[in-house]
Amino acid sequence: MAETNDSHRFDRLPATAADRTVAERPTRAEVLAFFADRFGIPSAVFADHSFWERGAGKIWALAGEEPDPVEVEGLGMTVLRTRREHWKPTLEAAQRFGDAATANVLHLGRPEARAFLAGHDQELAWDGDWGYLLVRHDLAGAPATLGVGLYLHGELRSQVPKGRQRDLGE
Amino acid sequence: MAAGPHGLKRPVTGRESKPTNAGAGYRGPMDVLDRYEPLVDDVGAFRAACERPLPSVVRVNTIKTTVERARAALAAEDVEFEAAAWHPGLLRLAEAQPGTNWPYVHGWLHGQEEVSAVPATVLDPAPGERVWDACAAPGSKTTQLAALMEDTGRLVATDSNLGRISALRSNAERLGVTNVAVTHEDARNHSLKPFAGAGYDRALVDVPCSCEGTIRKNPDALEEWTYEHVRGIAGVQKGILRRALQVTREGGTVVYSTCTFAPEENEAVLDHALAEEPCELLDVDLPLESVPGVTAWTDEARGVDRTFDSSVQKARRIYPQHNDTGGFFLAKFEVIG
Repeated sequence: MAETNDSHRFDRLPATAADRTVAERPTRAEVLAFFADRFGIPSAVFADHSFWERGAGKIWALAGEEPDPVEVEGLGMTVLRTRREHWKPTLEAAQRFGDAATANVLHLGRPEARAFLAGHDQELAWDGDWGYLLVRHDLAGAPATLGVGLYLHGELRSQVPKGRQRDLGE
Repeated sequence: MAAGPHGLKRPVTGRESKPTNAGAGYRGPMDVLDRYEPLVDDVGAFRAACERPLPSVVRVNTIKTTVERARAALAAEDVEFEAAAWHPGLLRLAEAQPGTNWPYVHGWLHGQEEVSAVPATVLDPAPGERVWDACAAPGSKTTQLAALMEDTGRLVATDSNLGRISALRSNAERLGVTNVAVTHEDARNHSLKPFAGAGYDRALVDVPCSCEGTIRKNPDALEEWTYEHVRGIAGVQKGILRRALQVTREGGTVVYSTCTFAPEENEAVLDHALAEEPCELLDVDLPLESVPGVTAWTDEARGVDRTFDSSVQKARRIYPQHNDTGGFFLAKFEVIG
């Protein structure tokens, strides 16, 4: 296994800390624990996915396995930013896996969802943890996870990336 | 129609009746279409269809939702749509803004021309298979293949252009695709090395082409048309198709498709592959109106006079007037050795 992080290559996350050979590389166990502890997403949701790192801290989820390492341009989808104090899921991970979440989910009404999607910060009441939350609203009669917000000091800060922001009007 | 359009002499009808743009000589990009008039039954309908804009169509992304739920979400926003008769997940929108509604924002919808949804349907990959998309960017067909595979197995998506790969990755992530591995390389030299030499069950070869069939979507599509480009790109197409046939297992399926009417880029490429690789063409049962591939092609002005292997009639030509779509060409191979 590679001993350093290489920004042009995907390396599979070690299963546990005991398997780790690259300093600071997160483990599969830690990634599963993060989604389970922070959002209540059962680890079984990721049972058929392997996790890979390319670029320091950027974690990708791939359906199935490949021999480690893989030198390609993309491998599955980016799901998580690690190697920082607070790990941050991507909007894509929120939409793809977030409907299984049971904790730290903020459910918005339509006007608030519109402001969130447009990239606006907004003052909102929330009596749960501060930090990164999953943001949901109702669509076609059922809740649907829209993205990731950062809740601090009574304010929901939209984390929708610029390229995914939309102004859907009234 | 029963037989292929084998009448290869320029018909008298059509040339005089079509609208002229600028008097004698070259009349602008639509002039390129002149060379294909001998191939079509109804030249008037062909020319008229080429000049009509295309309806805006979205495909429902079943990785993230169901057809029923996506339809309900559109209806709840008063977005008018009509499903394609042959595919319940292809929705023609009354207004051309597929990106400005909630189901799009959730990655439940992807803007995709109706006829461009045909090749993945014909390739028909199953969950768990290994599939190669040889010319993948910007990813409409790639993401459709992923959905047909239920986001399992392995989908290797190749493109030679990094800028277009960026669009491919963005589309794949927006649609929640996790079974894709993206490679940046010339598809003619596609390497199996990143995947420990594993080959494929199926491959989609939707090659770069001279794109006359997209004239309805992009009226400038023919501005840059030259016969030299047709000849050059045909060489690339042959190389990519041959590589796909080489990396697909015996009994596996390869679908070749273009959005050009040029036989040089269609039947001639099939003919070359049949001669060079262990493969044969299969009948294609299309849900859309189409006509067979042509077994001969003459372009006197350019000194072209070709005949092709008779099995290229198994390929299908879709003209814009057939189903009110863009133009398309499609063939299905089985690898036999």
